[in-house]
Order: sequence, then C-alpha cells, then structure tokens
Amino acid sequence: MPLTNELRDDILASVPSLRAFAISLSGNGDRADDLVQETLLRALANIDSFQPGSNLPAWLFTILRNLFRSDYRKRRREVEDADGSYAKTLKTQPAQSAHLEFEEFRAALEKLPQDQREALILVGASGFSYEDAAAICGCAVGTIKSRVNRARSKLSALLYVDGAEDFGPDETVRAVIGGSGG
Amino acid sequence: MKDPKSNNATPGKQGGLNAEIQSRIGHQLRAMYDDVVRQGVPDRFADLIRKLDTPDASPQMGNAGEKNDGRD
Repeated sequence: MPLTNELRDDILASVPSLRAFAISLSGNGDRADDLVQETLLRALANIDSFQPGSNLPAWLFTILRNLFRSDYRKRRREVEDADGSYAKTLKTQPAQSAHLEFEEFRAALEKLPQDQREALILVGASGFSYEDAAAICGCAVGTIKSRVNRARSKLSALLYVDGAEDFGPDETVRAVIGGSGG
Repeated sequence: MKDPKSNNATPGKQGGLNAEIQSRIGHQLRAMYDDVVRQGVPDRFADLIRKLDTPDASPQMGNAGEKNDGRD
C-alpha cells in the first residue's frame, strides 16, 4: 500500500520498540540504531508489499530481525559490547542500587544463543504472541515456545542458581563461579 | 538416625522458587526493554521518515542525481 500519513505515523510509533528490540538483540546501542535506520529504509522502500490491515510491528520486526541475522553472521567474531556501549545508550540509568542487578541481567541475556534470545525478547518483552513471534522468526510456534522455555531456564541458571554443576559445562557459569574444578 | 542422603535427594520447593524466578526474569526483561522504549523516537528517525514521506516538498535521495538529463 502507498505510504499514507497514517501508515507513516504507525511506523514512527513502532520506532521505540524497534530500538529496544535492536538493542536487546545486538547489545550495542550504536549498532542498534544503525539497524533501526536500515530497517526503516527497507520498510519504506518496500512499503508496497505491506498488506494493509496486517500486523505492521510484526512486519517491521521481521525486517529488523533478518537484517540483524545477516549482519550478525558477518560480525559474530567481533567483540560484542566490550566497552559497555549498551549501558551508555540508556539515558535513564536505573537506580544505583538496582544497577548491578541490571548489568548482570543484561550480561546473562547476551550469553543466550541467538535463537533463544530473540524468542524470549519477542514474547517476553515486545509482547508478541507465540504465533507472531513464530512468523517473525520464520519457524513453528512450538519451536518458539521451546526456545522461550530454554531461554528462561538458562537465564535462571545463570542468574539465580548457585550450584553451577547442575547446569553442565558452561563457560559463563564457570567464569562466574571462578573455577569449579577444585 | 536420619539418613542424610535422603535429604539430598529431595529437591524441595523447586516449583515455587522457579515460578518466582521466572516472574523476576520477566520483570527484568521488560524493565530493560521499556527503558529504551521510553526514550521515544530520536530525531534522526523522525527526520528520516519525514523526508521520505514528502517527495514533493524535498528532493528524493534516489532521484536527485537523475533529474539532470545532462543533455543541455
């Protein structure tokens, strides 16, 4: 459909959550905004292929997710957010007391496999249904459910379980515990 | 008296604890996400969409170079 004012407003209204999704995926604020920009350009260039009445946020998230995927493959060997640039993008820092917990959570999230992280964010934070999340990720609903479940249990293991040995050999847990070999 | 091994074998309140942890994870996830959402739309993106939206008012990026026929 043509780019009407209404559609433009709807796209603009999706920008904040697109940014949140991009930052959650990439863990890097600058890269996230580049991703959002690329997403908007793609969306506007392909606006004719958007079906009126269909789910605009899901359409935009799909574009962003696919861009991130292709980008991620190129960059996966690069250091991810070594300088904590994600935290710098947050204008409203969490209260000091909560800050450490917040950082721990963010770090744990980045340890998740890509598939699980995106599923968890789409369902748990963006508020998409399992069906929409499955459409965005191009997989079955059951796959999304299982990824979300695995993401949750891995996060809880990383964040809240003391006995790391229950969780098998995991670099992150070992690093946190500081040597389970003894 | 009591066999200490039997204590080890009982996982206890795993279920309740798990539910609490899960709700905490959900809360943290949304807090992190909403922190960014609350930043709204940066000017960079508002400008981008505005420019592309009004091809009559401002020259479009893609066509700008082709406007000159070069046949003068």
